[in-house]
Amino acid sequence: MPLVKGGQIVADLFAHVADDAELPADGAVLVTAKRFLQDPEAILRRPGKAGVIWPNSRDVDDLVPYLERLAVVALVFPTFRDGRAYSQARLLRERFAWRGELRATGQVLRDQFVFMLRAGFDAFEVKKPGDAEAFAQTVKRYSVFYQPTGDGRITALHRRMQLRHSESAGL
Amino acid sequence: MYAYDEIDRTLVNERVAEFRDQVKRRLSGELTEDEFKMLRLQNGVYLQLHAYMFRVAIPYGTLSSRQLRALAHVARRYDRGYGHFTTRQNIQFNWIKLKDLPDALSDLAEVGIHAMQTSGNNTRNVTSDQWAGVAPGEIEDPRIWAELMRQYTTLHPEFSFLPRKFKIAITASAHDRAAIKIHDVGLRLHKNADGETGFEVLVGGGLGRTPFIAKTIKPFVAGRDILSYLEAIMRVYNQYGRRDNIYKARIKILVHELGIEKFAVEVDEEWQQMKSDALVIDDDVVEDIRSRFFYPAYEKLPHNPEELKKAAQDQKFEAWRKNSTFAHKAPGYAIVTISLKPVGAPPGDATAEQMDALADLADKYSFGEIRVGHEQNLALPHVARRDLPALWKALDRLGLATPNVNLVSDIIACPGLDYCSLANARSIPIAQELTRRFANHDTANLIGRLHINISGCINACGHHHVGHIGILGVEKNGEEFYQITIGGRADESAELGALIGPAVPYGEVADVVEDIVEAYLALRASPDELFVDTVKRLGVEPFRERVYATR
Amino acid sequence: MTSPLEQKKIKITGPSVVTANRTVDGAVIYRTAQKDWSTDLAHAAIVRAADEARTLLAESVADDVGAVGAYIAPVEVTNGKIAPGNLREQIRRSGVTINLLPAIGLPVQA
Repeated sequence: MPLVKGGQIVADLFAHVADDAELPADGAVLVTAKRFLQDPEAILRRPGKAGVIWPNSRDVDDLVPYLERLAVVALVFPTFRDGRAYSQARLLRERFAWRGELRATGQVLRDQFVFMLRAGFDAFEVKKPGDAEAFAQTVKRYSVFYQPTGDGRITALHRRMQLRHSESAGL
Repeated sequence: MYAYDEIDRTLVNERVAEFRDQVKRRLSGELTEDEFKMLRLQNGVYLQLHAYMFRVAIPYGTLSSRQLRALAHVARRYDRGYGHFTTRQNIQFNWIKLKDLPDALSDLAEVGIHAMQTSGNNTRNVTSDQWAGVAPGEIEDPRIWAELMRQYTTLHPEFSFLPRKFKIAITASAHDRAAIKIHDVGLRLHKNADGETGFEVLVGGGLGRTPFIAKTIKPFVAGRDILSYLEAIMRVYNQYGRRDNIYKARIKILVHELGIEKFAVEVDEEWQQMKSDALVIDDDVVEDIRSRFFYPAYEKLPHNPEELKKAAQDQKFEAWRKNSTFAHKAPGYAIVTISLKPVGAPPGDATAEQMDALADLADKYSFGEIRVGHEQNLALPHVARRDLPALWKALDRLGLATPNVNLVSDIIACPGLDYCSLANARSIPIAQELTRRFANHDTANLIGRLHINISGCINACGHHHVGHIGILGVEKNGEEFYQITIGGRADESAELGALIGPAVPYGEVADVVEDIVEAYLALRASPDELFVDTVKRLGVEPFRERVYATR
Repeated sequence: MTSPLEQKKIKITGPSVVTANRTVDGAVIYRTAQKDWSTDLAHAAIVRAADEARTLLAESVADDVGAVGAYIAPVEVTNGKIAPGNLREQIRRSGVTINLLPAIGLPVQA
């Protein structure tokens, strides 16, 4: 499953460690929330970065105390039709000011890339290699966005306001 | 109507390009149907019994003549020459081919029409009152706010994969013509004691398997805060709405399971935490939207011009005028309802020829504007009263002047088993037979206002729960049967109808409805007492007795 | 005519066929014995037992590019002639049962 970051396929530096497997001595690891919460210090004190895969059926509030010490938060789309992770993503980015890697996992398909970017995801475990390859192309699909999210893209309303003001200022 | 600017046009065109790519990938096999289905639904494309069905959005039921001609063009070029207007102010084409859809969408995009989010688990067409902007006594034009909400909810990255569909309706009049109480979110625009414009916000209305009338979550949210408040509601729903069972996934179930007080607290907690000003609606934002709505320059015209006085001799014209024209906020003007319920025809349908002709009439008599109502009729919102006789002649020639608006033969019906793959039974032939039984206009006028709603299955697209008489198609041992309810209403006094007895077979439905009407005529306190009020006064029992005495 | 889209278990009560809609244009189609689709019910493969039906359905569903929404539908067979087995299938085959806008005189046939 290719990982896309910065618009291209990159190597995944994080090892997905199963709940019953031993944590490697060093290197970056991604663990489930279940494992993480059993003993957060065991994960966080390791040399090597830590990431948590947070389920979409649980409030992100429980993860917030640890955010400062994490490198990756991975959210889940069990099917692409289950949109709970979009809310989680926005809360993490916009309310809790998460600046680390926000990764989309699960059934991550091409036609949701733009939504995911807008919600704050910046890394994608893409289901199909073809979709991963088309990432850079796909995210150019839309240049107009009606509503604000934390992604910094200017909304249609604001663009109009700017136009009105520049018109009335005689620019 | 709202004039698209470059920004709106760009979005629609980008959407069309995306869908064209998605169709291509579907037909090549790159996308499975499982992956494609939700994408096509998000562009209003259903699979029905015979063919695909294409549902095109008519935002808050407002069309320009140019747009209506484009709909006629789609009917003619890509379909079988007609379209069906729905209970949510949209239009449906029943015979469309998947491979033609990108082109059809592209043709529609040229006039600022789209099919975004007319299906799927996202926010659907924000509907309003088909008399918005012209009804006397309206607080202000609700369509300004509907347009703001349309933009806010279109391709919203957080809310495009909700647990289920999400429907919003707005009213700005004391008499609710938008049925807000049967919507997921209903908004009543009004001014508070300080003269501020804002909304009473209701949540959790909806029909289907578990019908609910919406409850008030907040009596007043200022206009400037309505988008952030909506975002709070939708975020709570997106996170906590049920996803395990599609029949329990609407927000009405969440509201019911939590209780309205607890739900209101959840929403408020979320709302308080939204620090950003990004969603605040400043006055100049409202002004910008308003500035792109077209409002006619009305002339100063007399209420009773010569043309009208002369035409009063014509009984047929008078019958139509009294039935189908309504008071307008501008003196000397009228709102004209165009009945799409001629005797013996499928309710709510119009041919491409009728649409084109109506577009011309709109240009001539209504400043180029047409409206679509949730009762599946159309309206011309700005007709000078002196033009009524000439307009009527033209409408009559087109089969668009049946004087049965709001009467027993003005039936609201879903497409039913003739078209729809979800249906248990047919609805259109029932409607057709009923229009034949009640074809006599004197009889219909004697009966007075009476709304019959027919649904071919429990999904209730015909809104049968809130019909004065509601008819629901069910299946019993491979045969079509119908449950009849009475006393429902969809307006500000919204209420669900009550079952009168066991389901009756297809062949008996029209007889039963005649019996119910006869019972009403015998029992009403006076000719002024409406059917729905007689039912309220007397309950179901006297009607049940009459209907089931010999069955 | 409870929507067969809600079929979970496969139950055969008599001769049945597999039907679907053609992906490209939505036309009603029937699965043939030649691993193909036909718009003509007369060419449909008939199954009479649950496991036969399951096999035919599985193979039909596998043609995801050509067909959408395949399911098992009842038929009646009289003297070798296949007819739709319920009202829903009749409507799918012959078209709507209503006169479309009699004022304009559009045909009923699908």
